[in-house]
Amino acid sequence: MSSTLSASALLAVPLAPLVGSVIAGIFGTKFGGNLLGRRACHSITILGVAIAFVISAMTLYSVAVDGARFNATLYEWMVVGGLKMEVGFLVDGLTAMMMCVVTFVSLMVHIYTIGYMEEDEGYNRFFAYISLFTFSMLMLVMSNNMLQLFFGWEAVGLVSYLLIGFWYTKPTAIFANMKAFLVNRVGDFGFILGIGLLVAYTGSLNYGEVFAKKTELAGLTLPGTDWMLLTVACICLFIGAMGKSAQFPLHVWLPDSMEGPTPISALIHAATLVTAGIFMVSRMSPLYELSDTALSFVLVIGAITALFMGFLGMIQNDIKRVVAYSTLSQLGYMTVALGASAYSVAVFHLMTHAFFKALLFLGAGSVIIGMHHNQDIRWMGGLRKYMPITWITSLVGSLALIGTPLFSGFYSKDSIIEAVHESHLWGSGFAYFAVIAGVFITAFYSFRMYFLVFHGKERYDQNPDAHHDAHGHDDHHGHGHDAKPHESPWVVTLPLVLLAIPSVIIGYIAIDAMLYGEFFKDSILIDAARHGAMHEMEEAFHGPMAMALHGLTALPFWLALAGVVVAWYFYLVNPSIPAAIARVFRPIYVLFENKYYMDWFNENVLARAARALGVGLWKGGDQGLIDGAIVNGSWKVVGRLAGVVRWFQSGYIYHYAFAMLLGVFVLMSYFVWFKR
Amino acid sequence: MDVTTGLFYLFSAVLLFAAFRVITARNPVYSALYLVLTFFQASAIWLLLRAEFLAITLVLVYVGAVMVLFLFVVMMLDIDVEGLRQGFWKHFPLAAGVGALIALEMAAVLMGGFRMDGAPRGAALAAAPGASNTLELGKLLYTEYLFPLQVAAVILLVGMIAAIALTLRQRKDSKAIDAGDAVRVKARDRVRIVQMPATRAAEPAPAEAAADAPQPGAKA
Amino acid sequence: MTLSLGHFLTLGAILFALSVIGIFLNRKNLIILLMAIELMLLAVNINFVAFSYYLGDMHGQVFVFFILTVAAAESAIGLALLVLLFRNKATINVDELNALKG
Repeated sequence: MSSTLSASALLAVPLAPLVGSVIAGIFGTKFGGNLLGRRACHSITILGVAIAFVISAMTLYSVAVDGARFNATLYEWMVVGGLKMEVGFLVDGLTAMMMCVVTFVSLMVHIYTIGYMEEDEGYNRFFAYISLFTFSMLMLVMSNNMLQLFFGWEAVGLVSYLLIGFWYTKPTAIFANMKAFLVNRVGDFGFILGIGLLVAYTGSLNYGEVFAKKTELAGLTLPGTDWMLLTVACICLFIGAMGKSAQFPLHVWLPDSMEGPTPISALIHAATLVTAGIFMVSRMSPLYELSDTALSFVLVIGAITALFMGFLGMIQNDIKRVVAYSTLSQLGYMTVALGASAYSVAVFHLMTHAFFKALLFLGAGSVIIGMHHNQDIRWMGGLRKYMPITWITSLVGSLALIGTPLFSGFYSKDSIIEAVHESHLWGSGFAYFAVIAGVFITAFYSFRMYFLVFHGKERYDQNPDAHHDAHGHDDHHGHGHDAKPHESPWVVTLPLVLLAIPSVIIGYIAIDAMLYGEFFKDSILIDAARHGAMHEMEEAFHGPMAMALHGLTALPFWLALAGVVVAWYFYLVNPSIPAAIARVFRPIYVLFENKYYMDWFNENVLARAARALGVGLWKGGDQGLIDGAIVNGSWKVVGRLAGVVRWFQSGYIYHYAFAMLLGVFVLMSYFVWFKR
Repeated sequence: MDVTTGLFYLFSAVLLFAAFRVITARNPVYSALYLVLTFFQASAIWLLLRAEFLAITLVLVYVGAVMVLFLFVVMMLDIDVEGLRQGFWKHFPLAAGVGALIALEMAAVLMGGFRMDGAPRGAALAAAPGASNTLELGKLLYTEYLFPLQVAAVILLVGMIAAIALTLRQRKDSKAIDAGDAVRVKARDRVRIVQMPATRAAEPAPAEAAADAPQPGAKA
Repeated sequence: MTLSLGHFLTLGAILFALSVIGIFLNRKNLIILLMAIELMLLAVNINFVAFSYYLGDMHGQVFVFFILTVAAAESAIGLALLVLLFRNKATINVDELNALKG
């Protein structure tokens, strides 16, 4: 193969899912007349994503093995005063890896959906949406300029909104999708400011051109202040990442987004959309390396997220919420790695996390189907007898998540911990504490969920809530309320198996090439002199097997083991202990239950202020000023004037005659006295 | 003071008195008659100014036609004079003030610009032997002012037609028919054919009615 | 003193003023209004003829000719309107003619 990739093959990658989405979306729904049935819709969309996956895999092979690269503009959309707005692709190691991850997880989710959404009326619409999402995410990762990145950014936000509110008749779903969109908007505001700053000072949206000017940018300060321009720009860009990748305090939308169907929780809120922020920061690594302040900011925010979200995961009772908080915590880990200048480690963890988190979500979805749409883990238990495949794959996912040596999660998480340890930036001490403590917490809540769901006594006939008020669609199972759970169909369990495989092996295989090899050599730029974490790690690395064996003796492993043991004890051996602890530490428990009162703050302070502002502008500005003073006022003034002028139109001839005479008199006077 | 000047003052005095009476007379017929007097005086003044043609025209046209028209209308209408006279003298001060002001201003303009103490230039022309005011007027009218003359004629025609068109009323007892309507009439507007059988059998009369007056049977 | 142009002009001015006063005073009586208009025209005519004599220019008299023509037509139509008005409203009181009130 050549050392450049084919533009049309690359173009097919985002366009194939787009075509599938458009066809399914238009002809499969009422909009186009319901022309396509379910089989046609899912076949077309799966075909589209499969094509994208195959080409992505081939591209990855070319990039990794043959060193092929692609960086060109495919279409110039607009030129505004010298600023070019283009559609182009940049395909290097980072992009190729992201393309593969996105298309693979998307393909798995497409296949899974055939089984999960079987009874849903919006089947075709769902497939159209997830294909559309795939297109958007691919445009985001393949772009070579910030405008296309932003387009993809917004598009994934939009599709996320559509999918979270998929069951649009449910009020909680609508609340959740608005929340997601609005919180993302806050992030996007920072993002566009960052892009704007870069464009203003470099005159270009293209990555290559901006990075070429980075040394001159490093010398500039923001006008009117003495802050370094790049610091401000990078922090603004990171605010965008905070919105998209759900970092504290813009994380509030992710747990609510569990209102959407489980497949999208797996696709969007575990593997792809939330990783867009991480991807973006890695892509901008040449700029971030020049600003220590920005990196510290990233580090601290990531650490806060990693630790405090983990705490919340410990007390959740909805199976999807546990996994959601786990996702938040792991995103914090990735962000911490970015802050430690270990961009390749962050991206590596992004990849492994995509696999095992999607696996955990899909497994949770399988459990939900099997439990007839009950999602409360307090009323599950002993499911391993009834759902063996789901059980095994969920166990694999959980082991990967907690960092069991040899599993993929171990390699990425331990690398993060080491990278933070080696970093000397301000805040790295706190970050190190956070990631270490997070290991225990992660293990605890993961295995709490695992034990409560798959082991222990079977409690599903003790559920006091009816099971059909949790979702918006009917349950046609024909099972009674107290029927036994059952394994899901093969379309559901096959993706689980297919995702379990990379969850186990991808870490072992890829770590050497990705972290310490040439894979990211021209995608990620690290200033090794100032931020030496990667360099130190490289010196200490002696191969994946050695790392695994070493890991057995390291602190994280023992903390994880402790977490598993404590979870086993609390939930299988002596289940009264958790309740006792909750009673003793009541204030902390209440704080956790209210999610640190952030939702309360957002709803009652911010949202209420915004609504008050809206009402004020409406009543005062719109009704009072515009309607009242300007619109109504203008006709009232005209009316009053006309009322006055009306007196001159009396209809009496002699009044008119007088007016004429008066006029003659005035004119005469003028000419006699003034115009001499 | 010579005769001309004396005559001028006489005529002017009568003119102004008559004009005053026009506007203050109670009876509109008196007003019209005073107006006739005013025009006569004006005609006389014009004669003094050697404008004979116009003087006679004023009498013939204005007094003879227009004022007669006025008198016709005044006498024809049954006017309630009392109602019209209300508030008459109330406005006199204001009216007099305005009038005086206008008079003064006009006098100031005209006097200021047109004092002209010199002899009238037209006098020499008029005094020449064989000079005729009418001839001079005619010379101008039929050469330089030919088009305005035709326009004036059209104005008079239009005025006449307008006056007739406005006030013409049809006689209510006239039996004249519009010929166009008569020609355009159609048979079905006038005649309606009704189909009826030529004969109809008389209905059998009920027993007690047989002795009553004979029923009118349908005849052919 | 000898007659001059000023005498005649003054006469015209006073006559004009009288007719304005007439309009002011007779605001209700339509016929008198029309007569006052005739007076105004007469005043103007006197001025024209006076100027024509004193400036030796026949154009003034030509203008008077035309004014007479137009004034005649105008009074004819004015009176026709008056008659119509009287037919419809049985009054010539201007106070009752306010149908075009704004």
